[in-house]
Amino acid sequence: MKRYDVIVVGAGPAGLSAAIEAGKKGLRVIVFDENAKPGGQLFKQIHKFFGSIEHKAKIRGFKIGEDLLKEASAAGVEVVLNAIVIGLFLDKEITVQINDAVVHYKGDAIIVATGASENMITFNGWTLPGVIGAGAAQTMMNLHRVKPGKKILMLGTGNVGLVVSFQLMQAGCEVVALVDAAPKIGGYGVHAAKVARCGVPFYLSHTIIKAEGDDCVTGVTIGAVDNKWQLIPGTEKHFDIDTICLAVGLSPMSQLLKMAGCEMEDNPAKGGLVPTCDQYGETSIDGIFVSGDVSGIEEASSAMIGGRISGVAAAYRLGFIDYEELELKSEALKKALLSLRQGMFGPENKGKELTKTEEGYAISANLLTKGYLTNEEVMNYPGVKTMKGIHPIIECSQNIPCNPCQDACKKKCITIGDNITALPVVDEASQCSGCGMCVASCSGQSIFLLNEDYEEGYASVTLPYEFSPLPQKGMMGFALDRSGKAICEAEVVDVKSAPAFDHSNLLTIKVPKEMGMNARFFK
Amino acid sequence: MSKINDRSREIGEYIAQPDDDLIICRCEEITKGEIRKAVYDGMFTITEIRRYLRTGMGLCQGQTCAKLVKGIVARELGVSPLSIEAAMSRAPMRPIEMKVLGNEIS
Repeated sequence: MKRYDVIVVGAGPAGLSAAIEAGKKGLRVIVFDENAKPGGQLFKQIHKFFGSIEHKAKIRGFKIGEDLLKEASAAGVEVVLNAIVIGLFLDKEITVQINDAVVHYKGDAIIVATGASENMITFNGWTLPGVIGAGAAQTMMNLHRVKPGKKILMLGTGNVGLVVSFQLMQAGCEVVALVDAAPKIGGYGVHAAKVARCGVPFYLSHTIIKAEGDDCVTGVTIGAVDNKWQLIPGTEKHFDIDTICLAVGLSPMSQLLKMAGCEMEDNPAKGGLVPTCDQYGETSIDGIFVSGDVSGIEEASSAMIGGRISGVAAAYRLGFIDYEELELKSEALKKALLSLRQGMFGPENKGKELTKTEEGYAISANLLTKGYLTNEEVMNYPGVKTMKGIHPIIECSQNIPCNPCQDACKKKCITIGDNITALPVVDEASQCSGCGMCVASCSGQSIFLLNEDYEEGYASVTLPYEFSPLPQKGMMGFALDRSGKAICEAEVVDVKSAPAFDHSNLLTIKVPKEMGMNARFFK
Repeated sequence: MSKINDRSREIGEYIAQPDDDLIICRCEEITKGEIRKAVYDGMFTITEIRRYLRTGMGLCQGQTCAKLVKGIVARELGVSPLSIEAAMSRAPMRPIEMKVLGNEIS
């Protein structure tokens, strides 16, 4: 039997973070992962993360994964891949399938960071090839560089559904619609707005009636549901598609913990069956910890912080650090975790009907049902000001924990303040230099530069552009409004792709002056 | 444990539904109708359903259907899915070949 101080199950964001903290305190740490590559879901996250600098905001997920692997290796953490943990027993013994053998290991502490699996829902034809999880679609395109389909319907408008829909379009697929049985879009408004301005319609209070096709999906019929989730006859709509993506939530993969005898609870707020645990992620069994999605579904940023907390706590449990150090270290981490859980999407506001932001601005109903702010609504928010010359327009209308734009502006045009969820405020008295750093820094792609004095009768709009091929200067096309409707001809007058923008290219288009506040995409 | 194991309670007769032929457990190809009928045959717990029908005993080990089966059983019993105990977890957690399982290095 091989012995380690800490055995970590799962080399995703939570597991690696836990292993790093434990490793840094001098513990002998081994991490097992059943996949051929480490990083869990991080390497398929090609978008920029939200949060503040301490949460690695505006860094793309896969880059965070690379950094974690480097950090793990520097901390002396051993990562074993293609290693399937098949059993976890009460006395912290685990069995691992490695190659053609089952190997026994024993740890003084075990940290389970096995993540989650995708939920499925059933409808007529749901077992046809072509019905896949949104996470599976993301793995196919972002890891294996294979298009999941040509024409796709997305079910689910949480952040996974929204982000994956946008990435499907980036991969060159056509997303015909986003469908959700709920009456409101579940994810961030800025994510929905990115999708909507490409012209993708949202069907809220709708569900899939059936997937059509004999051998594989060739179409889908959706229909509206009433407030008791019953189908309303006569509302059926058909789409010709070849792929249906399901983004209907995740379930913690907590079976190892149940097997070990940890006290479990079935908690819908956490996504299903999870072990009960304390503030450090320690379960009812001393020395068995959990972190990340297996302890309750959240997202990668909080998984990484939770992982670090468990890693530190394991070091304390085994006597490598004293209580004082545990408190010192974990307090800072808990503060960072708390700030990520703030805002209107935080656990406290789950299921609540919010009509106003923390500051008292009205929340756009159009954004929640159609995915975009109306021309009138957008003017209400503090990031949208009428100013002479070039200036930022920040179409950020929901309290979410994110603040990179404030640091991106060297001219101090943008203020969020200490409260990370506050809406960004544009200072009318400041002098925007038009550098575009704020546009590229916005993980929600909701910052634009507007110059209504660009030329006689013309305005320029600078927008973040993450599609290829990248339009060239001088190219003519159409400007699309927030709903994705072509509103006028537009000329590309500038294209900027600096390394500091991290692949968020800045496209500047020239449009008739009166379209400056409407044009938000180029095609 | 809760009322789930109250064998004496009356849940009425099995009545066929139009979507009874919908496959729920893909690995073992078990339909919604089979699961519903099993409840009326007296299988009130997930453990019993698994032994009776093999739902969740295939390749994915219930990763896909566990929640779905729970929902169906709860609806037939007229209880919240939260009151139904999840299936037992046992090693091996993942499908494994017998020759590998037998090749233990301790």
